[in-house]
Amino acid sequence: MDIESARKFYSQMLLIRRFEEKCIELYSSRKIRGFLHLYIGEEAIAVGVMHALSAEDAVISTYREHGHALARGISAKSIMAEMYGKVEGCAGGRGGSMHLFDAKRRFYGGNAIVGGGLPLAVGMALADKMMKRDRVTVCLFGDGAVAEGEFHESLNLASLWQLPVLFICENNYYAMGTALEFSESEVNLSKKAAGYRINSFQVDGMDVTQVAESAKNAVEDIRSGKGPVFLECLTYRFRPHSMFDAELYRKKTEVNAWKDKGPLVTFKKTLEDKGLWSKIKAQEIEDEITKTIDDAVTFAENGTLEPISDLEKFVYSPEEAQ
Amino acid sequence: MKEDKQTTYREAVREGIRNAMQKDDRVFLMGEYVGRYGGCFAVSKGLLEAFGNARIIDTPLCESAYTGAGIGAALNGMRPIVEIMTVNFSLLALDQIMNNAATLLHMSGGQFNVPLVIRMSTGGGKQLAAQHSHSLEGWYAHIPGLKVLTPATVQDAYSMIESALNDPDPVLIFENSLLYNSQGTLDTNAKPLPIKKAVVKRPGNDLTILAYGINLFKALDAAEILEKEAIDAEVIDLRALRPLDDETIMNSVKKTHRVMIVDEGWRSGSISAEIMARINEQAFFELDAAMGRVCSAEVPLPYAKHLEDAALPQPVKIAAMARQIMEDA
Repeated sequence: MDIESARKFYSQMLLIRRFEEKCIELYSSRKIRGFLHLYIGEEAIAVGVMHALSAEDAVISTYREHGHALARGISAKSIMAEMYGKVEGCAGGRGGSMHLFDAKRRFYGGNAIVGGGLPLAVGMALADKMMKRDRVTVCLFGDGAVAEGEFHESLNLASLWQLPVLFICENNYYAMGTALEFSESEVNLSKKAAGYRINSFQVDGMDVTQVAESAKNAVEDIRSGKGPVFLECLTYRFRPHSMFDAELYRKKTEVNAWKDKGPLVTFKKTLEDKGLWSKIKAQEIEDEITKTIDDAVTFAENGTLEPISDLEKFVYSPEEAQ
Repeated sequence: MKEDKQTTYREAVREGIRNAMQKDDRVFLMGEYVGRYGGCFAVSKGLLEAFGNARIIDTPLCESAYTGAGIGAALNGMRPIVEIMTVNFSLLALDQIMNNAATLLHMSGGQFNVPLVIRMSTGGGKQLAAQHSHSLEGWYAHIPGLKVLTPATVQDAYSMIESALNDPDPVLIFENSLLYNSQGTLDTNAKPLPIKKAVVKRPGNDLTILAYGINLFKALDAAEILEKEAIDAEVIDLRALRPLDDETIMNSVKKTHRVMIVDEGWRSGSISAEIMARINEQAFFELDAAMGRVCSAEVPLPYAKHLEDAALPQPVKIAAMARQIMEDA
């Protein structure tokens, strides 16, 4: 690993971590509202996967997507403004935390219906295949989605039609408050995908280099016409499901054990072992991120509230397009 | 196709699709049995041979995934036509239609429109009982972000395909399965009427009958019965349930001062209830009598023919309701 990649991986993961820590603070002070689903603990997946994509590729995400959006290059400013419900937000304040969108970065949204994004990814990829475009659609979802019918319908279609989709299952072992063992007859989720004759792999989702490497290989295979790929990234959510979760369903000891294997601590250790830690200048990164987040909050605070007269805008396309 | 030839509704839909696919290589048809089987109502018969299996796509039985795939393809530059066998089956795709197709433009702050067309059969009358016969188009008309078209005539069956594909937003087309064999004249060169345009099919002075889909013809039959009793009914084809053409409706109410609606949906929470509310809001003082309506009986549709006939709107029931409204001083 070169210093540049090391620095990028670390700083992107840290940006997501610090951004969300700021979100907790802002939520507690009621600056942002609605649901807030935190990604803390899972940062390596977003960073590793987005690293493997080109600007032409498309991303379909879930309601736990701040990390995906930041790693895809959507600015902290426009995400924070979205959380504030301001016009300058990446969805103009219409979506909030669960529905970040950015056409320029081909980010087709946080979808807050579990499993609801998978059929969309199939269709996006179908369009690319029909038009013979060299693009990949990445679809991220959690282990909870695996229980939904749309998961099975979509994997079947993607495999049957050999579509250029990269399925990323972020298995954090809990569908909200239900542990995987109480949801699934087969807890090895990559086996389910393999049942649809999709090339499937289990990946250590706490290890950013492993995720990046696996995603890179997957994207190459997909581009070379080998059909869809399924990566099950094993991870853990350090925070509650949302801000309303009392976490009655899991033990503190379990959470702490996972924190010891967290993506930032393990990556720091890897860099230390390779003698790269001192070279990435971690304090400099920390300072840059503090400034990025402060700027994002200021930007969001100073953002514009959309006039109520615009309320019914965007229900349909403008008249001239019809 | 020549003008003024007698064409079936089925052929008109097929030619509408064929015409669109010839003009625009982004258009494709996807659904259960649309290719090798020729369409469950034989609408797409011959299109697989004409366009190949890359554009006439047989799907597995997974309404949610292939409807969602239609949305995804529409987001990514295509102009898909998704066919769902019946409106009852569309409930398996309701999540995609409601939570994605109808919301994405608004939720993304105007960044992502969904130019998708979904066609499905609707309505009773074929003794197919309680899981194949309902009329749920009124439900879909409840949802902001969707457009809901209900072609009754052969011409609309053809033209509305083009209108729907030209629309940048999701459009649902409801085809009464009993209409596929009906015949009419088709002018393939006619400029399509705007989606939001109801049409007066039979001018009259005494009362207005609003109808859509197959019930347009039941209303016209009722108007024939009423004519013999010297009641001059005006019959309007609503054509679209969302948007509703308030202007045409209110103009007719201002002319006849009496109005009734024929709606194959169940009456509770129905599109007919919505139309009555709008007339109440916009033209209450024009009314000389209480409004009336003929809807389906509030039962899951039964199989037995006499029971099914009794459950659905029929010309005699429409005429009876019209007489009641005329007698109301």
